[in-house]
Amino acid sequence: MATTITMPQLGETVTEGTVAQWLKSVGDSVDKYEDFVEVSTDKVNAGVPSPVTGTIRELLVKEGETVATGTPIAVIDEAGATKTAASEAPGATAAPAAVAAPVAAAPPTPAVSSPNGATAAAASESVESESALRGASPAVRRLAREHRIDIRAIKGSGSNGRVTADDVLAAVTAAPSPATARTSTYAQPIPGSTVTLTQARRIIAERMVESKHSAPHAWSMVEIDVTDVWSWRVREKDRFERESGYKLTLLPFFIRAVVESLAAFPLMNARFVPASGSSQPSIYVNEEVNIGIAIGLATNLVVPVIRRADKLSIKGIALAAGELIEKARKGKLGVDDLAGGTFTVNNNGANGSWASAPIINGGQAGIVTMEAVVKKVVVRDDDSLAIRRMMNSCLSLDHRVVDGYVASGFLADLKQRLERMGPQGDL
Amino acid sequence: MAVVSSTNSTVMNNVEAVRATLYEAMKNDERTVILGEDVGARGNVFLITKDFIGEFGERRVIDTPIAEASIVGIAVGMAMEGLRPIAEIQFADFIYPSFNQIVGEAAKIRYRSNGEYTCPLVIRTPYGGGVRGALSHSVSIEALFYHVPGLKIVAPSFPDDVKGLLNAAIDDPDPVLFLEHKKTYRLIKGEVPDGHYTIPLGKANVRKAGTQLTVVSYGLYLHWALEAAQRLQEENLSVEVIDLRSIRPMDKTAILTSVEKTRKLLIVHEDNKFGGIGAEISAMVAEEALFSLDSPIRRLCGPDVPSMGYALPLEEEFMSSPAEMADAMRAMVKF
Repeated sequence: MATTITMPQLGETVTEGTVAQWLKSVGDSVDKYEDFVEVSTDKVNAGVPSPVTGTIRELLVKEGETVATGTPIAVIDEAGATKTAASEAPGATAAPAAVAAPVAAAPPTPAVSSPNGATAAAASESVESESALRGASPAVRRLAREHRIDIRAIKGSGSNGRVTADDVLAAVTAAPSPATARTSTYAQPIPGSTVTLTQARRIIAERMVESKHSAPHAWSMVEIDVTDVWSWRVREKDRFERESGYKLTLLPFFIRAVVESLAAFPLMNARFVPASGSSQPSIYVNEEVNIGIAIGLATNLVVPVIRRADKLSIKGIALAAGELIEKARKGKLGVDDLAGGTFTVNNNGANGSWASAPIINGGQAGIVTMEAVVKKVVVRDDDSLAIRRMMNSCLSLDHRVVDGYVASGFLADLKQRLERMGPQGDL
Repeated sequence: MAVVSSTNSTVMNNVEAVRATLYEAMKNDERTVILGEDVGARGNVFLITKDFIGEFGERRVIDTPIAEASIVGIAVGMAMEGLRPIAEIQFADFIYPSFNQIVGEAAKIRYRSNGEYTCPLVIRTPYGGGVRGALSHSVSIEALFYHVPGLKIVAPSFPDDVKGLLNAAIDDPDPVLFLEHKKTYRLIKGEVPDGHYTIPLGKANVRKAGTQLTVVSYGLYLHWALEAAQRLQEENLSVEVIDLRSIRPMDKTAILTSVEKTRKLLIVHEDNKFGGIGAEISAMVAEEALFSLDSPIRRLCGPDVPSMGYALPLEEEFMSSPAEMADAMRAMVKF
């Protein structure tokens, strides 16, 4: 189990501390109560003892760097402990295209839900572990126990990343409860059983077939250097979360670039109108730019819509997306939230997918994905080598509406816009 | 809820509501007697009983000497022998001489006489600060009497509650300490139903519904808490504000129901924090609803100083404000 060490408060009025010297390096073992870092403040210099015996996994702050008290500075793997479900969750299996794409932070994965309840009992024991519960309120502890959720697997939205009672309930909504896991559902099917389609799954099935049959799909992909926009996000994310309560992911930056590219390529924000009766087939170019965002839930995909996304700043998009994601996880999306999309963005990379061929949302001209952001060695124009954060973006398009020429122009434009987006002014 | 015998209503401020209710009580029941300093010829320092002495006579509207122990002591005797006295302590700051009569006598009569006697006595008194009242016209005294079984304490904030609760206090067979925040006397106006009605003692009222934080308050601070909660509403933060109305008996059900919904509790009162009403509410919630709490309980209360100063900065330092309350609420919602 990993223990995150935060900058201690060395004195009542002290609000920040400087890492004077790391006494241990990554990979070193450390004993409980052994000093592993020297911290200096304007009042004192002090060694900080490790609260656990284990191995240094990560040092998060450089020597000489000053951070606020409570900021994580190191991660220590506790000796003898096994990895938690949470630390292994990402990158397990890539979900089918356009069907399950958790946007933003991956939904909390409960360490439970086997039909016989064996791991559930184990998780309930681990819930008692002292370090996992540091800062957990009585309500959080009770709810976690009742729903057999591992608090450590939940990303906190409270102050200093605290897991709130609402976070636990959102995790319960996002994940199948142990009770439902015993019966056969889409999320946890029992091999050899027939799964009855939910209403949502039936509609998804029908629409996917209809879209794939009526719209001839073509596909293209670009690789985008997102290093600079990533840095911008990192610079802004804590403040944004503090002020809004929502996580700041790469999604709103990406959507901002998409709506700008759609303005440059209006045919990508259009729909094919088939012949009906005496009227000839046509293409309707939408006036509004309404971006659907694909959100994977345990049982099905939902695609709520950010209306008039072209009129929103990155911050505005982030707030709108945060609200929709929260509503989706709580099962509170209304009809209005889901209607009127003109183009879709699918954040498919959260689970590590590197390329995907999404199915177009019916009545739209295209869908574009964000694949996993990975560090790569790239050769730059001047033949130098650099380590950059790279992301693939895949586009499926309705070939009745646009040809490859327009589509590749759109993708190239999107790539350019994202690569130019770096730390600058307000969100 | 209020039992209303008429559908019409009149807009009044708090002081007018007290006056109208006392007038009706005098009119409707000959046993009703008002006694206190300056209640007769002067008609009370806030003119609450103006002209009462002319209409009801000096046997029922009694000007007393400046002797609070006697005011309450005489009223206790009247109540035990069948009258319905409404004693007035001119300012809550002057109540201390009558402490023994209230705590040692009035509150214990039913118990001491094995139920043979009751003490249907109302003690009205204006309390609270924010009016440049300094050492002897600013105090909150509720916590001093809060500890005493056998005594009910009521502190309404709105005119309709003033009338309903004062009627209930007059009807009640046991002693009731009726606290009127003097800053709200003319500041707060509202519709008051015509005719006789009562509001049950011991029932709180959710004045604003919300989902993310429960705020419990009473008196002037209740109004400020509502104002602060409204500000947070504009930031899409949802705060529930409970008007305690009766301080004792405490409406545990209303508080617990709300806290179980919002999981967070802030108690706001003007009286000192240490050993105050908030301490009891906080302890009660910790005992009964700990596992519903998603944050520490917080109290925003008066500081532990002997009194409010006369100088404006000293008074302002003592008193909270809607802005300070909004900050506390915001921090708790986002905790």
